[in-house]
Amino acid sequence: MLSELPILSLVIWLPILGGAAVLFVGDENSAAARRLALVVACATFAVSLPLWTAFDGTTALMQFEELWPWIPAFSVNYHLGIDGFSMPLILLTAFMTVIVVIAGWEVVQYRVAQYLAAFLIMEGLMIGVFASLDAMLFYVFFEAMLIPMFLIIGIWGGPRRVYATIKFFLYTFFGSVFMLIALLYMYFKSGSFEIIGFHALKLSMSEQILIFLAFVMAFAVKVPMWPVHTWLPDAHVEAPTGGSVILAAITLKIGGYGFVRFALPITPDAAAHLDWLILTMSLVAVVYIGLVALVQQDMKKLIAYSSIAHMGFVTLGFFLIFGIMRSTGSVNGAVMGIQGGMIQMVSHGFISGAMFLCVGVLYDRVHSRQIKDYGGVVNTMPMFAAFMVLFGLANSGLPGTSGFVGEFLVILSSFKSSFWIAFLAALTLILGAAYTLWLIKRVVFGDIGNKHVAELQDVNVREFCMLALLAIAVLILGIWPAPLVDVMNPTVENLVRHIIVSKI
Amino acid sequence: MLTVYIFIVLMPLFGAIAAGLFGKKIGRRAAHWITILGVGGSFVLSLVVFNRHVLSGEPDFNGTLYTWAMMEGVRLEIGFLVDSLTAMMITVVTFVSLMVHIYTIGYMKEDDGYQRFFSYISLFTFSMLMLVMSNNFLQLFFGWEAVGVVSYLLIGFWYKRPTAIYANMKAFLVNRVGDFGFLLGIASILMFFNSLDYADVFHAAPLYADKTISIGGGQWSLMTITCILLFIGAMGKSAQVPLHVWLPDSMEGPTPISALIHAATMVTAGIFMVARMSPLFELSSTALSFVLVIGSITALFMGLLGIVQNDIKRVVAYSTLSQLGYMTVALGVSAYSAAVFHLMTHAFFKALLFLAAGSVIIGMHHEQDMRKMGGLRKYMPITWITSLIGSLALIGFPGFSGFYSKDSIIEAVKASHIPGSGFAYFAVIVGVFVTAFYSFRMYFLVFHGKERFQHSHAGDSRHAGAEEHGGHVDGHDHQHGHGHRPHESPAVVTVPLIMLAIPSIFIGGMTIGSMLFGSYFEGVIYVAPEHDALAHLAEHFHGAISFALHGILGLPFWLAMAGVWSAWFIYMKHPEYAEHIRLKLGPIHQILERKYGFDDFNQMFFADGSRRLGSALWKFGDAGLIDGLLVNGSARTIGWVASVVRHIQSGYLFHYAFAMIVGLLGLLTWIVVR
Repeated sequence: MLSELPILSLVIWLPILGGAAVLFVGDENSAAARRLALVVACATFAVSLPLWTAFDGTTALMQFEELWPWIPAFSVNYHLGIDGFSMPLILLTAFMTVIVVIAGWEVVQYRVAQYLAAFLIMEGLMIGVFASLDAMLFYVFFEAMLIPMFLIIGIWGGPRRVYATIKFFLYTFFGSVFMLIALLYMYFKSGSFEIIGFHALKLSMSEQILIFLAFVMAFAVKVPMWPVHTWLPDAHVEAPTGGSVILAAITLKIGGYGFVRFALPITPDAAAHLDWLILTMSLVAVVYIGLVALVQQDMKKLIAYSSIAHMGFVTLGFFLIFGIMRSTGSVNGAVMGIQGGMIQMVSHGFISGAMFLCVGVLYDRVHSRQIKDYGGVVNTMPMFAAFMVLFGLANSGLPGTSGFVGEFLVILSSFKSSFWIAFLAALTLILGAAYTLWLIKRVVFGDIGNKHVAELQDVNVREFCMLALLAIAVLILGIWPAPLVDVMNPTVENLVRHIIVSKI
Repeated sequence: MLTVYIFIVLMPLFGAIAAGLFGKKIGRRAAHWITILGVGGSFVLSLVVFNRHVLSGEPDFNGTLYTWAMMEGVRLEIGFLVDSLTAMMITVVTFVSLMVHIYTIGYMKEDDGYQRFFSYISLFTFSMLMLVMSNNFLQLFFGWEAVGVVSYLLIGFWYKRPTAIYANMKAFLVNRVGDFGFLLGIASILMFFNSLDYADVFHAAPLYADKTISIGGGQWSLMTITCILLFIGAMGKSAQVPLHVWLPDSMEGPTPISALIHAATMVTAGIFMVARMSPLFELSSTALSFVLVIGSITALFMGLLGIVQNDIKRVVAYSTLSQLGYMTVALGVSAYSAAVFHLMTHAFFKALLFLAAGSVIIGMHHEQDMRKMGGLRKYMPITWITSLIGSLALIGFPGFSGFYSKDSIIEAVKASHIPGSGFAYFAVIVGVFVTAFYSFRMYFLVFHGKERFQHSHAGDSRHAGAEEHGGHVDGHDHQHGHGHRPHESPAVVTVPLIMLAIPSIFIGGMTIGSMLFGSYFEGVIYVAPEHDALAHLAEHFHGAISFALHGILGLPFWLAMAGVWSAWFIYMKHPEYAEHIRLKLGPIHQILERKYGFDDFNQMFFADGSRRLGSALWKFGDAGLIDGLLVNGSARTIGWVASVVRHIQSGYLFHYAFAMIVGLLGLLTWIVVR
């Protein structure tokens, strides 16, 4: 019965149509717009839950599939389906959108309906990205998703929003053009836009290398990986809180998702040949970006750099497989690396979202993101301080929080590939703690820093709820990650089996 | 039985949650009752477990609680291993924790963060129990980091003090350096054993004794690398040189936690861990030598620093460092049981010394400088006697607990032949003198001699500083009508002192026979026959009393007596000599005052260095090279982009979005037409 319903279509179109309805309600009726947006976001999350409960965690096959011809002339299909990679990310998207709607509740007063509509439409499009099994459908969602994000930063952003948006645009456009060419090339070769078909497509080494590099350009910008990361701090700084949350929690994940959905299975030989490139970029992200994060004066920039460093673990985990095969002759450990990368994505969604919300809570009160404008927040906002310390510790990978799980698995796996990769990756234990705890020390602890801090009010019920929801998510995933690991496991194992077979 | 174990760990956790999340609602009394009952319940159940596994000789328990995650056939689990080592550890931990809980009622009476404090110490107890009861490396690491976090929260408990929030960050980061090594060690274990379960790993370990791995071109023994990596973790947690720098600063935290965390339990986690890993460490003599040398350096050189401290808590802190060094030395000569034995006796007498120091601090109205004390024995008789007991135990006076454990370590080092044991013997034997000297320097300065407090009060900046660091102090002073005269502490403070004094005297003599020379650790601690230094001692062991009598004839006893005498001579008989000697030994004193320069070096090289490196990478890498040259540079080069950038206004964003869709449709059209 349940499986008869087109759940995936529902979770894509419900928020998009709901967003249109919110637009229709209009900015004048801001109270009604807010309520409607919350209802839509919650309904979408509720509708997405069967994707988890009815998910068959024993198979790597696509589930909840929907297939309709869209542009038959070019065999472009409206083809949806999810596996262990996409399902958790769709739930994450639906969950975080609820949080973001709550976060913007009374804070955003300018063009309220448009603001909320942008997030709801964004949600539908992002879920569309994760659920697409047709490359052209994927591409349409992938590009369309940028529009609401441009608007969110461009309209509700800070003073340098134009620079940030253009930079964001240039980067992502630059990347995705190459991916489009790669997708079209494979279409001409296979006669279809089926992503699963691309997985089986035979490609020569030189073809693979070009296609792989095209994917890397598209997805590395999204992740973002060093050295194409500089758009992210600017975008975060200028974005409104909600925009930062979605950007960090979901949009970055699309880059990571692209690697496991496209780059690795379509071009495994090129990936094996060029894995050093990705590994280097990932490790530079962990170490170099960790050091850069240390010296940031702006809280949002600091968390943005911390995001880049944490996402380094995602790409690192995904590409360990080849090194493990070279050094040990077996793939034992590869699953752990990819699992670690995936869990890191989900966890980072919670934690970075929570960190940006914490900054938002402070910004709403003091209207500054500068660390030096704070100090001793704990004196006036003890409840908030408890949350921020918890999320800070999670950000520095404390066991028992979700931040630990992914990093732990990736480091364990990387040791099998090379001692030195593990050595550099494990430096995050020190660097991550250093930049996060130093931030906490300067913002949260100490005596009351200035009169603004002295006047702070602790979190209200709305803020408490959104932070508490995230805190619970962070703790559950940290204490018991098995459910998440189990639903992804067949998919990850399948990917590993697929990658090690040459496609030449 | 599993239910009992679960209750042991969950009761303190429950107390912590209740006092932490609902502390305001339930009030102060309920907060301390609920946490004390939680920890007290744990202690009672620990006794049940001790009775069952040790006294009744029931077989060890090794079972899983739940599967944390499973992949590639590797089960990552949360579970308990309860054997004689665990039983001893949980009993000690819950007992000391219970004493500290009770003591806290008195010590933190005036503090605004009363409930929060109880919540933290209960949470700590939970974490520590998870650590020692673990049956696998994952949970060990969990507990390992969790105790570190609670320590972080507690050192920074008085978060208004800049020194406290500096010290707690420092403690966490230095510990993270250790954890960095520890985690790599765990990764190495997983790679070769494909399991993180103790039983699996220890069982398979001998097969890997001769296995080598290549790192950076060279071939290294797997076991040596793994054990040294694991030991780096222990160096952080158990504050061994050069990762010891956080422990003295941790004294910024309230005294009860200095006793519980930074003396009795958490800092001994590293010792416990290595003892637990004895089947691995026994496979690498190189790693053992490394452990031995690090321990020797810590034992001697950190003890020396205790001599120049004037803050009562810092003396005890350096003494803790030195004693942890002794335990590490014992590990290095494969006398694991002696290390654990010293861990146990030390937990009692060092917690006692810290709590007594805290009692002195309350009695002195939050004065910590020993130069402003003296003659306190008249005013604080219970604190005085218990301190004396603690000090005698610490210096290893025959018959006291510390004597049995320390003398065993010294004898084991003497009997050992592994590389480094010569230096280690020198270090531990000189250390005996040093220990006796600083311990009794403190004892005499605090409890005997002239009363230096009355006339040193007014206009003293240090004292003012102490008053200032928290509103908790002021109310306390005004409440008691007797001005600035010292006074004995209330019963909630003195009863724990007495309760700790009892095992500080007796526990060593009572248990040495079974723990060191009996079958207590049989099947738990593994010692290779060629390393077995204690076996030699066992031949000469004829009961605790003759061991003590024999001790009076030994060199260590006379060195300790010399230390006590020197302290008396310099600080009591001829107080003017102290200053004279200090001037005479100017440069050496300088080195000791600067703590050998570790802090300066770390600050300069690591803290400032990484900040400078970060700034440079940011300015030149991100802003200069990537943004300046590549991003904005290419934007400049391409004319149309530049013009767009110049004229852009927010309205144009719609155009961009529109252009992208048009572009997409255009591409599709192109495909059609083609």
